[in-house]
Order: sequence, then C-alpha cells, then structure tokens
Amino acid sequence: MGLFTELKDSISRVTDRLFSEEEPKRIGIYGPPNAGKTTLANRIARDWTGDAVGAESHIPHETRRARRKEGVEIERNGKSVEIDIVDTPGVTTKVDYEEFTDEMEEDDAIRRSREATEGVAEAMHWLREDVDGVIYVLDSAEDPITQVNTMLIGIIESRDLPVLIFANKIDLDDASVKRIEDAFPQHETIPLSAKEGENMDEVYENIAEYFG
Amino acid sequence: MPKATNTDDPEGPDGVQIDLISGERMENMATMEKIRMILDGVHDGNIVILEEGLTPDEESRLIEVTMSEISPDEFNGIEIETYPKSKTNDSSLLGRIMGGEESTAKLTVIGPANQIETLHKDETLISALVSRD
Repeated sequence: MGLFTELKDSISRVTDRLFSEEEPKRIGIYGPPNAGKTTLANRIARDWTGDAVGAESHIPHETRRARRKEGVEIERNGKSVEIDIVDTPGVTTKVDYEEFTDEMEEDDAIRRSREATEGVAEAMHWLREDVDGVIYVLDSAEDPITQVNTMLIGIIESRDLPVLIFANKIDLDDASVKRIEDAFPQHETIPLSAKEGENMDEVYENIAEYFG
Repeated sequence: MPKATNTDDPEGPDGVQIDLISGERMENMATMEKIRMILDGVHDGNIVILEEGLTPDEESRLIEVTMSEISPDEFNGIEIETYPKSKTNDSSLLGRIMGGEESTAKLTVIGPANQIETLHKDETLISALVSRD
C-alpha cells in the first residue's frame, strides 16, 4: 500500500470518527397545557433509561420549568438516534390563578400561576434558541384548531424545525385522530396513549426515523 | 404619528374601544414597538385588530412579554385569534422557495383574556364575544 493511500485511509478514519460522534439532538416536547407532555416524556425516559423526567398531574401547569433528560438513545429497525428530551411547560396566552383555587389554597394558586407564566416564557425561549426538533403533543379528545396550536406550529415551521405531531390520549372515548390529521395535514401525525403505552412501537420508529 | 388612546372620561359612554391598526402603520415599527402598542392597548381594556398580523417570531415574543406582565387580579393575559393556515397552503421549505416570501398578512384580533371569548373559529370566520369587564 502506498504512502498516499495509507494517508488517505488514516484521514478517512479520523473524519468518520469525528462525524459519527454527533451531539445528541435536543427534542422539545411542546403543546398546550394538559396534553400529556410529561406523561410522554416519562414514558420515553422510562422505556429507554429507566428514569422519569417529572411529576404528572391532572391540574394544568404541573410542569412550570423546562426539564431536560439527557442522552436517551432510541433504536428501532436498525435506525437509532440519541436525543435529549426537553419537557416544556404547556404554552398558553393567559393564566388565571382562580382556575386553581378549587384544588389548592389561594396563596398556592397565585404562586402556581406566577411560576406557570415564567415557565411559558421559558418554553418560548427554548423554542427560539435551543431545540433541534419538536414533538408536538395534542389531546385527541380536544379540538386541535386553537390559536395556541396554530401559532406554535407556525413558529416551529418558520424556524424550519423538524416536527412530529403526537395525537395523545387515544384511550379516551372522545378521541379523534382524524381531527388532528385534518388540522395539520402538512405534518406526520402519530396516534398514541402515553398513559397506557399504546402504539409506542410506532412512536419510537418515527422518532428514530425522523430525528435520526 | 398619533397614538391610539382610550377614552378615559369616567362619564363617557360605557363601551369597549376597538383599535383597527393598518398594515401601513405597523410596517416600519420594530418588534418591541408593535408588542408594546398591542399590550398597552389591551391593558387599557381595548380590543386591538391588526390588519396584517404579526410574524411567527413576533407572535412568540408577544407570548413571552405577555407572560411577564400577568399579575393576579390585574391582568390575566390575552386572547388572540387569527385564521388558521389554509389547508391548501404549501408550507414546505421548497414550497416557500418556489412561492417566494410567505405572506404573514392575516387579520388578527387581540384583547384582554377576561373580556374576549372566541365563540367559533374556522379557516374563514372568527366569531368572538366581547364584554365590558
């Protein structure tokens, strides 16, 4: 083997190694409050790392800080991707502490609403600056054509971020995946129940394929 | 440029002020000037209607600034409505390149969250109920 060939092979091995050790992609889990974002983040994290990401609750704005689970490696059908899951607070344009007063004392409700507003602002900042792709989670039993959904999908598209739409809560009687597919036909919609673990194979296939 | 102002006269007519803001008035304003104009109007209890709406980045910053101004018993945030994107629009990168700059022009209605309630919305109609606080 000539000197030139050896040198070429050596450079090739170094560059292969450099480019194969890619940084994990930061995938933001976005959506309106109570769509099941944290339940999904926990399901993915538990399935692939054994740990959870955060607490889940039926009361809106349980997640009031963006939380990152690093180095989640997902493999399906020969494709694999290493991602950092960023579970974000549900995005809204309004927060009224009185919505929480049935569930807690007024002082706690006021504190929760203050933290929720900070969390929404933080989520918007992450979307503009720090995520490489988005999983947009919707509750299949709710009307998807809301202003927040329309605006957020528009913001994601304007930044050319890859996005998968997850039609969550398909275990509910009122669930309609078609309503979500019709609302955002320009994007792939994957039905699932993060709570019941339904259709998670297709979820992981799509994550590995789309973000890998 | 004159500022859109509310009628502060306590003896004045009991009603809701609506500011219809033309695209021409907005076109040379910086993002924060637009957001300040919108939120100042909403804080005064006005309904602000933008002829040409905001860009996605401006919408993102509007949400962020709105969140920073929410205060218990004083300001709960905003209700904002625009038409959803038409299903026939091509939003792909290629589509945007082939079709040139995507227009952001879309009528946008913004008001205080405690005074405006959306009754119905589809691709061609926004129906809202506006109440005096």
